[in-house]
Amino acid sequence: MESIFSFVSPGIFSQILVGLSRTVILFIVSSGLSLILGVLRIPNVAHGSLYMIGAFMAYTVAHLFGGGNMGFWMALVLAPLGVAALSFVAERSLFQFLYEREHLMLLLLTFAMSLVFGDLVKLVWGAEYRSVPVPQVFQGYMNLFGGLPFPIYSFFLLVMGPIIAILLWLLTNKTKIGKISRAAAVDREMVGAVGINVSWVFAIVFVIGCLLAGLGGVLVAPTVSVTLGMDHTLIIEAFLIVIMGGLGNVWGALLGALIFGLTQSLGILVWPKFGIVFPYLAVVVVLIFRPTGLLKSTW
Amino acid sequence: MNSSVFRGKLPWVIAALVVLLCFPLFLDRFYVYLTAIILLTGLCATSLNFVLGYGGVFQFHHAVFYGVGAYGTALMIIKSGLSPWLGFIVGPVAAAIVGLVIGVICIRLSKLYFGMLQISLGSLVWAIVYRWYSFTGGDDGIHGVPLPDIISSSSGSYYFTLIVTAVSMFILYRMIKSPFGSALQGIRDNPVRSEMIGVNVRLQQLLALTIAGFFGGVAGSLFVVVDNTVFPDMMFWTLSLELIIMCLLGGWLSYLGPMVGAAVIVLLRTYVSGITGYWALVLGVIMMAVIFFLPNGVLGYLDRFVKKKAGNK
Repeated sequence: MESIFSFVSPGIFSQILVGLSRTVILFIVSSGLSLILGVLRIPNVAHGSLYMIGAFMAYTVAHLFGGGNMGFWMALVLAPLGVAALSFVAERSLFQFLYEREHLMLLLLTFAMSLVFGDLVKLVWGAEYRSVPVPQVFQGYMNLFGGLPFPIYSFFLLVMGPIIAILLWLLTNKTKIGKISRAAAVDREMVGAVGINVSWVFAIVFVIGCLLAGLGGVLVAPTVSVTLGMDHTLIIEAFLIVIMGGLGNVWGALLGALIFGLTQSLGILVWPKFGIVFPYLAVVVVLIFRPTGLLKSTW
Repeated sequence: MNSSVFRGKLPWVIAALVVLLCFPLFLDRFYVYLTAIILLTGLCATSLNFVLGYGGVFQFHHAVFYGVGAYGTALMIIKSGLSPWLGFIVGPVAAAIVGLVIGVICIRLSKLYFGMLQISLGSLVWAIVYRWYSFTGGDDGIHGVPLPDIISSSSGSYYFTLIVTAVSMFILYRMIKSPFGSALQGIRDNPVRSEMIGVNVRLQQLLALTIAGFFGGVAGSLFVVVDNTVFPDMMFWTLSLELIIMCLLGGWLSYLGPMVGAAVIVLLRTYVSGITGYWALVLGVIMMAVIFFLPNGVLGYLDRFVKKKAGNK
């Protein structure tokens, strides 16, 4: 294997892998956002808050179960479900009355919700930094080709990405609810006219989208310090990924996340101080040449 | 000419200006400072409303121009040995140039895409300011910007802010009432038709974006005068959405709406933050209530209310 990679320095290779594991988080969160944008047409700014809540819930659940392997697995299951329950309440009490509003109003309304969620998190968990331990199974490093140390947890993330992508593909293409939701994205009145309760379809899609945000939050928790404000940068990144990939297109979200994650990690390698600007530049370049995103948008 | 533009509002405008001019004579320093902040925030919101409400352009990241104006002014004063007054020209002009550049890149896109690309470019500017420690001070910002003596006192900075805001508001008002303003509103209501009758839609919108950027930058420069500081949060995207909320709260379609909205938000922020640490929660709830119950803003609601009363008579 060594000969294949001998032309690239190990630094670049490991940086690409780190970028890819970051991509997985970005993909999971932005695919949920894209699903909601595509079917419900809501530019949901509160999506980032749900990601943050997912991370905080992971902290609580992990500590409730003692912080070991068990804690992590329980967090992985329970925290996204908690976020889903929260989003279900929000959908039934607020969002369902707003589907016909114009986008600017929806954007502002969901921004208002993100402010409320942010302060609720402060109320429940406080403003301190929290950390979720990496479970014992995934602690330490593994040696990749040529003795490159690579965190096992990042490898776990790299495995999770394709699994989530395949599950999403199965959901949208092979299940009844997926097919109905794709139809509703194209023509919601027609779907209603054939006797399907569109309101509930929307609720389910919304909850699934938010569940993905929560899952992203849980998965990211062991790699960062969980804190207030972690939603602010992520939601902008997620929106840019969705816009770059094509609104409402889940595969676009994957492509966008790949571009975003890789330009970010390689950018840091090229120019450590300003690596942060490269993904934004990538979005600008993509939108200049493809104003409606790389893949076909459902809008 | 003026009489047709103001249509009997002139006495009110003069009365308001006189009252504002008297503020430092009997008000506490803190309230003078607060009024100045309201004025410049209101100017920023009005310049946003110029493109958003009158132009119908989804200007999602207006705070960038506010921030660039402030940084332009502060850096010019600190880093160059030239007259500090030059900073007050450089800041807004820099903001106008950034507005033009972002406009040129975004203008081909429609609505939501436009707004999102703008947020992207704005975040790019923010990221550069945030990271460039040696030049912009990074996330600490710049504190204690030295000002010319005449505007460094509390009342001096207040009068400077008041005069610049009044002049800027007047210029923006004249622009809205000019043929250019009519063209802009025509584009908002029906871009295709405007194009057909010979209006250069892109050019007019670009001009509007540049003007809005300039006056956003003016507001930013004024912040340097009033507060003596600049910091990167001034151009974070959450502030942009707050500015949109100010426009919405006051009403898009009335000229003074954004100013009223800014006053409400700034006052609430000052007093609520004094009582509880949960200002964002309060703001969020207010925003939701406004969107649900007052889609035309406070002034829009009053306007309709007054017209209804008049109709009943």
